Amino acid sequence: MKAYMKTLLAGLAMLAPLTATASAETLRWASSGDVISYDPNAQVDSFTQSVHHMVFDPLVRRNKDLKLEPALATSWEVVEPTRWRFKLRQGVKFHEGQTFNADDVVATIQRQIDPGARNKENLSAVTGVEKVDDYTVDLILRGPYPLLLNDLAAIYMLSKPWMEAHDALKPGNASTGVVTYASNHANGTGPFKLKSYEPDSRSVFEVNKDWWDKPQHNLDEVEFRPIASDATRVAALLSGEVDMIAPVPLQDIDRISNTEGLKVVENPSLRTIFLVLNFQPELHAMPGKPNPMLDVRVRQALWSAIDLNTIQKRLMRGKSRIAGLLVAPEVTGYDQTIDTPMPYDVDKAKALLKEAGYPDGFKTGLACSNDRYIADEQICLTIASMWAKIGVQADLSVESKTTYFPRTDKGEFDAYLLGWASLPPMDGFSALQSLLTTNDGVFGGSNTNGLSNADIDKLSHAAAVELDEAKRVDMMKQAFRIAHDQALYIPLHQQPVAWAMSTKVDMPQFADEYVRPWFAKVNK
Amino acid sequence: MIRLLSVRLLQAILVMVAVTAIAFIMFRFVGDPVASMVREGATQAEKDALRAALGLDRSIPVQFVHFVGQVLTGNLGTSFRYQQPVTDLLLNRLPATLELVVVATVLSLAIGIPLGVLSALKPHALLSRLTQSATLVGISMPTFVTGLLLILVFAVNLRWLPSSGRGDLVDLGLWQTGFLTLSGLKSLILPSITLALFQLTLIMRLVRSEMIDVLSSDYIRFAFARGLPKSYIYSKLALRNALMPVVTVTGLQIGQLIAFAIVTETVFQWPGMGLLFTNAVGYPDIPVLSAYLLFVGFLFVFINMIVDILYTFIDPRLRTK
Repeated sequence: MKAYMKTLLAGLAMLAPLTATASAETLRWASSGDVISYDPNAQVDSFTQSVHHMVFDPLVRRNKDLKLEPALATSWEVVEPTRWRFKLRQGVKFHEGQTFNADDVVATIQRQIDPGARNKENLSAVTGVEKVDDYTVDLILRGPYPLLLNDLAAIYMLSKPWMEAHDALKPGNASTGVVTYASNHANGTGPFKLKSYEPDSRSVFEVNKDWWDKPQHNLDEVEFRPIASDATRVAALLSGEVDMIAPVPLQDIDRISNTEGLKVVENPSLRTIFLVLNFQPELHAMPGKPNPMLDVRVRQALWSAIDLNTIQKRLMRGKSRIAGLLVAPEVTGYDQTIDTPMPYDVDKAKALLKEAGYPDGFKTGLACSNDRYIADEQICLTIASMWAKIGVQADLSVESKTTYFPRTDKGEFDAYLLGWASLPPMDGFSALQSLLTTNDGVFGGSNTNGLSNADIDKLSHAAAVELDEAKRVDMMKQAFRIAHDQALYIPLHQQPVAWAMSTKVDMPQFADEYVRPWFAKVNK
Repeated sequence: MIRLLSVRLLQAILVMVAVTAIAFIMFRFVGDPVASMVREGATQAEKDALRAALGLDRSIPVQFVHFVGQVLTGNLGTSFRYQQPVTDLLLNRLPATLELVVVATVLSLAIGIPLGVLSALKPHALLSRLTQSATLVGISMPTFVTGLLLILVFAVNLRWLPSSGRGDLVDLGLWQTGFLTLSGLKSLILPSITLALFQLTLIMRLVRSEMIDVLSSDYIRFAFARGLPKSYIYSKLALRNALMPVVTVTGLQIGQLIAFAIVTETVFQWPGMGLLFTNAVGYPDIPVLSAYLLFVGFLFVFINMIVDILYTFIDPRLRTK
């Protein structure tokens, strides 16, 4: 026993004075979750996909302004509405030395649209791929489809010989039981190489000196560490073990910004938070009676009874962006002229209710998650008390996302909180198709409360196949205008994305919440 | 002895069946992973297809039979989240948890027993009183508070030790160890202290009260009367008898430590099974949750059996019977 103690104490004494020091031009950053897998086709997790982008390149990518630009494809043309031809970049090498060519694209696309690919729906418009020559491929589409490039920006190119060598031509998938070498190894063409990956611990990336593009960063190495506990993640930043954390827990923002050598960067994200209303014949809260929400005046009353400024200032600490429609300004289809909420006016709201025949208000359900969006539970509590002022009695139900979303899917709530980021396409069609269009099994996938508007349906189905961009955007704007004027949803705000970092780190923030270290500079 | 063991074994099997049933029933009600598994804007058809592919569209009894069938063949299913066999995931995380638990157990025994003996022999010494009150704090403070306090002091303020993670590891083939690198050892200190604190207190108090009991018994008084050396009486005659319950408690506590390292692992981002479990709860990754619960159930049953067997070695009376 004595010997044990001695070695232990000796060990402690030896360890104490040493602290972690970082080498120059290493960026160490921590997030709350880890990548699920390094297999691009084995998950639909947007955080995982953002980390993948360090290692892999898509055919087209988002630039610093989130606009689409050529990446591994240099140009493209629409040969016919169902056949797009892509010219590929020459002289690109994978991290393990293979030369990138048309065979890789064919193999990658086939893997992507494989029935066993977990994210096959991210490229659901494509039915096939054909090699034309070594640096030209054709994508075959199901029908005319305007958002092919948006979709391709999230499809990462893998090496065919590498997949063949490691028996990974089929994607990993829980339901088919396929596990591949690609789930914990990665060989891409991107700005960084995956050097090591320890699940739930860290991933280390080193710079790819042979990257085809001119680097805008000055990093040699990137170390990514998942730290699930908010307090520990903040501690890692405060102690200098990491240079950056994303996201920052809200309650620590003030403390960090007041710490010397650290800064907090905060901007509204793409994620719009809004209330979904019930368009079924009856409300769950008032069975046997007609649903008041079917009356546009009632919906407008509910909207104008919400004091969005208070929510913005008090709950979101002034960092959210008050919204009037379902998509953020960066999203195609956004229309500034309708980005105005109903003004906060309790008297007008009461008058509208009276006009609609509910002078004493009514009873409705109001549901929220408590672990999905920023301050989601508090937002619900606040709205319930605001609605009480116009006589609308909201029965609150607050629960974890794991039980909440299955219930929203089944249409079990009257009014409920939902967020929509329009990712990955970053196009308004995503909200138009899923939220505003009548649910027919394909369209309206998240419209589970019976919303049905013939004009919107017409616009939505037309926009789905419209290849003329100007016309298509105009159709989306028209649809959003109807939704706004009819108060089909009650938009609240775009919630902020908050990162904290050392003042030595210069890292641009993006509304899609992607961390893009290939734009980062570390100044030592 | 054989009869004893076979009775134990039968009980163990019954417990495992009960755990399997509870694991299954519980996790059918934690929610539906489909919402976290589909992309934004997924169609109803997409969601239904996924639900069917995961087998979640079948009735609960059918799912249960399927689940039991899987468990019996040693297949714990595939993780919804990681798309990998659950058995692999658990085995990959096992070394991290075991290393943490072993260090915590050694710490608690190496510190708890001497302190317990000391406070029994010299109850009024300053050190005894200090440890008495300090351990009271240790036993009443929640693990995550202890952990965060240690992080605040040793990682943020003093910057001596890392706040999270396992440091650099050495790969020994099937086992990745943190014992062989400096950063690995440094990373072990805070989490193992956090995890050991409760057990240390428990052992110290147990040893103390057992020692006081034993010391007042007749055979010890006779030993003193015979003029045997003090050190012999304390270590060979008294402590040995006082350690009986310590073995039981330590055994059960190792199970507790493995099972409830969840909090410590989450606070310190220790990549063990507990962290895997925490991450699975929010998804919810039902195969991982069920497998973890089964594993913990198995662990307790197994440890209880080992403790029973150990008794017969320490206590000769059990052997002769």
